[in-house]
Amino acid sequence: MHPFQYLAPTSVAEAVDALARYGDRARALAGGTDILVQTRTGRFDLDAVVDVKRVPELTALTLGEDGLSIGAAVPCYRVYEDAEVAGLYPGLIDAASLIGGIQIQSRASLGGNLCNASPSADGICPLIVHYGQAHSAGPDGRRSTPVEEFCVAPGRTILEPGEFLVSIELPRPPAGFGGAYQRFIPRNEMDIAVVGVGSSLTLNAAGDRVESARVALAAVGPTPILAHAAGDSLVGKTPGIDAFREAGELAADAARPISDMRGDVNFRKELVRVLTRRTLTTALERAQS
Amino acid sequence: MTIIEQPKEYKVIGTRPIRHDGLDKVIGKAQYGADLKLPGMIWGALTRSPYAHARIKRIDTSKAEQAPGVMAVITGADMPVAEAIEIETGEEVTNLAHASDKLMARDKVVYKGHPVAAVAAADQNAAIEAARLIEVEYEVLQPVLTVDEAMASGAPLVHEDYAGKDLGEETRNTNVADHFRHETGDTAAGFAQAAVVVEREFELTMVHQGYIEPHNATALWKSDGKIEIWTSTQGAFGVRSSVAPILRVPETDIRVTPLEIGGGFGGKIPIYLEPVCAVLSKKAGRPVKVVMDRKSVFEATGPTPGGRIRVKMGANDKGDITAAEVDLYYEAGAYPGSPVGAGAMCALACYRVANARVDGYDILVNKPKTAAYRAPGATQAAYAVESVVDEICQALGMDPLDFRLHNATREGDRRADGPVYPRIGNLEQLQALKDSEHYRTPLEREGADGRLRGRGVANGFWFNGGMQSCVTINVNSDGEVGLVEGSVDIGGTRASIAMQAAEVLGLRAEEVHPVVVDTDSVGYTDMTGGSRTTNATGYAAYLAAQNVIAGMKERAAILWESNADDVEFEDGVFSSKHDSELKVTFKELAAKLTETGGPLAASGSIRQRGSGGGFGSHLVDVEIDPETGKVDVIRYTAAQDVGKAIHPSYVEGQIQGGATQGIGWALNEEYFWSDQGVMENSTFLDYRMPTALDLPMIDAIIVEVPNPTHPFGVRGVGETPIVAPVGAVANAIHDAVGVRLTQAPMKPQRVLAAIKEKNGNGA
Amino acid sequence: MTTAPASQKIILNTTVNGQEHQLLVAPYHSLLEALREAAGLTGVKEGCNDGNCGACTVSLDGRIVDSCLVLAAEAEGRQVQTVEGIAPDGQTLHPLQQAFLEEAALQCGICTPGFLVAAKALLDREPDADEDRIRLWLAGNLCRCTGYDKIIRAVQKAQG
Repeated sequence: MHPFQYLAPTSVAEAVDALARYGDRARALAGGTDILVQTRTGRFDLDAVVDVKRVPELTALTLGEDGLSIGAAVPCYRVYEDAEVAGLYPGLIDAASLIGGIQIQSRASLGGNLCNASPSADGICPLIVHYGQAHSAGPDGRRSTPVEEFCVAPGRTILEPGEFLVSIELPRPPAGFGGAYQRFIPRNEMDIAVVGVGSSLTLNAAGDRVESARVALAAVGPTPILAHAAGDSLVGKTPGIDAFREAGELAADAARPISDMRGDVNFRKELVRVLTRRTLTTALERAQS
Repeated sequence: MTIIEQPKEYKVIGTRPIRHDGLDKVIGKAQYGADLKLPGMIWGALTRSPYAHARIKRIDTSKAEQAPGVMAVITGADMPVAEAIEIETGEEVTNLAHASDKLMARDKVVYKGHPVAAVAAADQNAAIEAARLIEVEYEVLQPVLTVDEAMASGAPLVHEDYAGKDLGEETRNTNVADHFRHETGDTAAGFAQAAVVVEREFELTMVHQGYIEPHNATALWKSDGKIEIWTSTQGAFGVRSSVAPILRVPETDIRVTPLEIGGGFGGKIPIYLEPVCAVLSKKAGRPVKVVMDRKSVFEATGPTPGGRIRVKMGANDKGDITAAEVDLYYEAGAYPGSPVGAGAMCALACYRVANARVDGYDILVNKPKTAAYRAPGATQAAYAVESVVDEICQALGMDPLDFRLHNATREGDRRADGPVYPRIGNLEQLQALKDSEHYRTPLEREGADGRLRGRGVANGFWFNGGMQSCVTINVNSDGEVGLVEGSVDIGGTRASIAMQAAEVLGLRAEEVHPVVVDTDSVGYTDMTGGSRTTNATGYAAYLAAQNVIAGMKERAAILWESNADDVEFEDGVFSSKHDSELKVTFKELAAKLTETGGPLAASGSIRQRGSGGGFGSHLVDVEIDPETGKVDVIRYTAAQDVGKAIHPSYVEGQIQGGATQGIGWALNEEYFWSDQGVMENSTFLDYRMPTALDLPMIDAIIVEVPNPTHPFGVRGVGETPIVAPVGAVANAIHDAVGVRLTQAPMKPQRVLAAIKEKNGNGA
Repeated sequence: MTTAPASQKIILNTTVNGQEHQLLVAPYHSLLEALREAAGLTGVKEGCNDGNCGACTVSLDGRIVDSCLVLAAEAEGRQVQTVEGIAPDGQTLHPLQQAFLEEAALQCGICTPGFLVAAKALLDREPDADEDRIRLWLAGNLCRCTGYDKIIRAVQKAQG
């Protein structure tokens, strides 16, 4: 591994300075579960690692009237061990509690998952279907980006050199909202998603019509995909198996998978159909409970 | 536990004492290879080929030599040239020139990860960084990646100068290193008698032993010319006899100390690092340690082969197998020597087949040289044969265990490759599985959420390696003994060997203190492998203990001024045959060694041969998600004839562990290759070994049909349990969803595709 | 802001198994390397160096982590516990250690330290965890020898 410095800024400004100084030879360190492995295996050489966990904003988990703010370095376990968060954001909890094993969940963060921008990331689809916004800071100040626009290619995000993710904000779900995330893996833990699907829907007050819905797909394209047509197809419909199957077909149409060691194109498209239907079914149950 | 023959009364054997080395292992004090630290020790790292097949045009080490902290750099040119002769190294025969070339390429790289240079530096990271600075210019060649590609006419040659053998005749310009045949009876006549004939072809891919501890070695080439090696190996003597001719130094000048080993399963019989460390040490003048990274373990050690297997089997309407033909095409890897020989011997070993032909092909491909993996070669063959047997059972409408019992080999039967079985427990263990609560309980066919269930069985066989072992027992003045052995302890053999000595000596297991020592400190002992250690080294311990008793009788005779012949020993007490007043306990007598002639030590050595081998049948229930193809094992029972379980807990552990490796092989484990021969899943993330969450409890049924060639009836245990699982899982999948998977692993994508094809909606 | 050049080692002040340590480490060293090489705690094992086997599991401020995926420098001022520190005192074994011995829950033993540290964290938190929960909690620890059966039974035995 190319030797690197360890920097531990304690404010956003210091972190911006540190990252800007080294450009693409530096990375922000949250849980370390991706970047330490990547630099160790020679995917990239670093001159500096900037540990952002001493910046208070990055480790804050705040639930307020408007919604939830998750500091970019908040480890998964803090998200799923918070009962109130778990009640409001079930789709997020599905993901946070299945990333890696317990050891990984002690370290890995949803923010890190987003910045790593893996097509198969488990954390990103749930953020999308919970209508997440990514807040970043950089030499040019701060900005906000919808999560679905954050990743631009495998391993690449909209972040400019010197810029880093500060937090992710999810609006407080309205009444009648339900969300879910499922992935398919060959084992029961410790795997990369062959396909992941996050779904959410909001029911009308009577509970018999879908007012809005989102379906997001992992591991079937260069970035996580917000399958607009699949979500939109549900709007105005009676929620149920027929509508969910149709959404599954539309989601499969939106999927652009490749064949690789984890699965081929046909298998992945089929899994999108199945998981879309299943996650919508779970989301509906949650919306109704 | 099912005991078939009236057991002898034992005091220690069959009990479950805490293993002697256990404490150190639960408090983190056991010293494994990577834990070693020596004065002045530095670290080595290897530069490896990024190509599966390429000619080395030029190597430039200059940048590495100038890197910070670097103390030595070597390439193939620094390695002595080994003679092209074959030596026996445990479960395989090794050609020394190949073994040397495999460690460090000279002209040509023949597998991805093939070492081309090595560096030693002050710390590990400095060595790794310097190894990255070595520049190698390659002429990339077309790799040969499957047995079919390798056998095609005009295929590129893995080794241009290699002479293969085809049914004993020398052949040139071929990738088929060997083709052999076992034949008995008349298969055409046998098939003519059959009411049912099933013929199938199966495909497998390489899988790895997956031990958690990466390979490691430390070497010090001393100024007097002697070489000290500390390593994680299954056999210190095997390391010595491989390293000596590769480095062209006398065996006597090498001392190998086996440190604790973090799993081997056959994969730590060959050497990979020791000679490289030694040559680096000679150049640097310091001890050099190398610890492999996980990627290198996958890419450049010795997995077990993939390949293609064809099985044709016929049975008459009474359920007698009338004929069988098996063709085994196994990947050897980049050098000859796949386990196809053993696979051919095991393929039909469970069944009486009067008319049989088995052909084996050992095929060179540009992949890592295969090594032993738990019952090497047998699991692949059993997957194919047991699947075909399952189909025959269905065609005949016979219960799969009844069919297997009906055709089971027993004492006096001749295996297709020649040997006649002595007393074996094939029938008994099959019956035990049939009698199990699991088999007698009907399976609920439907699981939750539309998941479908199925049940499968399969049988398996593996030999008991005998080979050579030596043990020395030292009697301490407090009446306890030290037991000095050369058998590396991978999974509790200190305990199982000490217990056999304790039984003879009338001591408690805890009063025998086993220690595994270096090659200068005990007589020659073969590797821990081949299911031989508790049997053969246990036998040596038995003999050593008998010799201790004989020596102690002489001491008692000195005390009593009589003859040793007049002294009896029972239950820890020596007594005179003539004077019932004269008694002395082992402990009391041990305290009198000084006055009766001085220290007492005794050795036992053995070259153990011949045994019926071990049979084990497995029963598995699976649950399948028909929408995703995912298979979960929900219940598992394995029965095995173990001869005599010395320490039943560790016998159960072997059965459970073997079954689990087999389940991984069946469902998800595979080398996933790029079209250029690069393994794409060389991490524990993507090489999917079972986790605790992927398994149920595994019930092990111990069946004891004593082995007539061992004083306590011990048979080998460790390898048989991996033979049956892949076939059993395949049969369970068929039972659940009606599809016959002929490719392993039976991963979800394949299962789903097969289900869809069966339902007529293949995508 | 704390900085340290890559070429220069840093002094890491951390508490390991209840004892304060000052360890000389490089800024790029993992906690695993620091514990093994600088502190001499070789009970912490390296199996994969990428967070997929759990052999290097240690407890960091009470949460289990793969120490290969933590930089040593991150442990500044924090509490680390390794297998060497899980026995309540130097003499008596932790019930899990005793149960692993009695239930033959180890064969080669290389994964054992990681399993013990992980299982202890579970039982400290959820003393009544059922079999499914134990299996889930330990899914980040690979064992290749035992098939997990005896490990699960040992954890259950230690639950009393």
